[in-house]
Amino acid sequence: MADTILEVRHLMKQFDDLMVLKDINLTVHEGEVIVIVGPSGCGKSTFLRCINALEDIQGGEIRLNGELVSKESKNLAVIRQKIGMVFQSYELFPHLNVLDNITLAPVKVQKRPKEEVREEALALLSRVGLSDKAESFPRQLSGGQKQRVAIVRALCMKPEILLFDEVTAALDPEMVREVLDVILRLADQGKTMLIVTHEMQFARAVADRVIFLEDGVIKEEGKPEQFFDAPQTERAKEFLKTFTFERKHKE
Amino acid sequence: MNWEFIVKYLPLYQKAAVLTLKIGIAGIILSFLIGLFCVAVQNYRIPILRQIVVVYIEISRNTPLLIQLFFIYYGLPKIGIRTDPEACGIAGLAFLGGSYMAEAFRSGIEAIDLIQFESAYSLGLTRRQTLMYVVLPQAVSISMPALVANVIFLLKETSVFSAVSLMDLMFTAKDLIGLYYQTTECLFLLVVFYLLILLPVSLAGRLLERRLRYAGFGT
Repeated sequence: MADTILEVRHLMKQFDDLMVLKDINLTVHEGEVIVIVGPSGCGKSTFLRCINALEDIQGGEIRLNGELVSKESKNLAVIRQKIGMVFQSYELFPHLNVLDNITLAPVKVQKRPKEEVREEALALLSRVGLSDKAESFPRQLSGGQKQRVAIVRALCMKPEILLFDEVTAALDPEMVREVLDVILRLADQGKTMLIVTHEMQFARAVADRVIFLEDGVIKEEGKPEQFFDAPQTERAKEFLKTFTFERKHKE
Repeated sequence: MNWEFIVKYLPLYQKAAVLTLKIGIAGIILSFLIGLFCVAVQNYRIPILRQIVVVYIEISRNTPLLIQLFFIYYGLPKIGIRTDPEACGIAGLAFLGGSYMAEAFRSGIEAIDLIQFESAYSLGLTRRQTLMYVVLPQAVSISMPALVANVIFLLKETSVFSAVSLMDLMFTAKDLIGLYYQTTECLFLLVVFYLLILLPVSLAGRLLERRLRYAGFGT
């Protein structure tokens, strides 16, 4: 089996009195694509945010290549460079154009030469079909375009793992595809990814492993075919049912 | 209207306008720096300094500039610090303006969603880099109308400098009225000179606002 990139052990997360994540364990290997599904409020997004130390945790530990990821880490900024994150609401920087959005962190944080980063950014932009938008500002882009830029921005840091937090949830239906296609291609390139999504067809296509999260625990885990075609738990069956439609009384 | 009088004393007003601008600009630049320092202290939550900043802002905002000037002009020499009127004017303006600028910057920073910070952190930016490259440019854009209003307000506040015998525009006008009783002409010149200084500032502020208006438009 490939090398372990991310190791989550007994993760616990509490908001005031509410226990959001209870004892989560997960091992992510290099090149693996893991999709996390589950009902709203089950803690999927919180889980991703914990991995990037955007939340403090109440128990357990998260290790990236053996290194502890924690809000208290002295070199947290260094660790975060290795974890790419794409948000539901894009979160591009509105005062910078597309190219500057992408090159800001590689140049200022990783201190890479500006020219080299620029070329790489342009190459990545053309791969996602946005070469002509390099000089545009975020406000001039559609949601789908913004999200593709956000993905390129994360990629340009050459992260070891990418986290996608419901990246198509804010998009119009016809823009969902252009973003998901990009992620599918990244999967083909062997990128290690953790994806939270409500797009079940996409989840099935992209995942190496599906994790079903509910009430803060992993209720079920398996290959996509197994999870979608023959879910083991009642809760998973019920959850999957919410994605199919049928009329009770057909004339 | 006695135009002869106006022409004769125009140079005096010009001189006073230059002084007003000099003190105004120096005081405003210092206000900006104090304002930035205050928001940095508040943002980094530096203990003790943070409490000092809060006290400073409340004192500075809630006392009239005239009183602040008196304290600097008459008070400092009492504890052995010699001051000249110009330095007093600049210090007074900076003391007053600093809190106004700090509050304007703060409102700009608070208008930025937490997730913009997180987006920057997740790219590996440190707190300082996030503030410098991501938050402040947007905050300044949002605060621009308030900052421009502060600049205009502070320039107008220079009119109380006459109280500490600075020969600014107001001082010149009052002086000439006292000497010649040409009240209409003197006040007319005063208004014209204030407008000459402030209208361009107001206009430039508008243009700047428009140029920097990117925040809040589609992240």
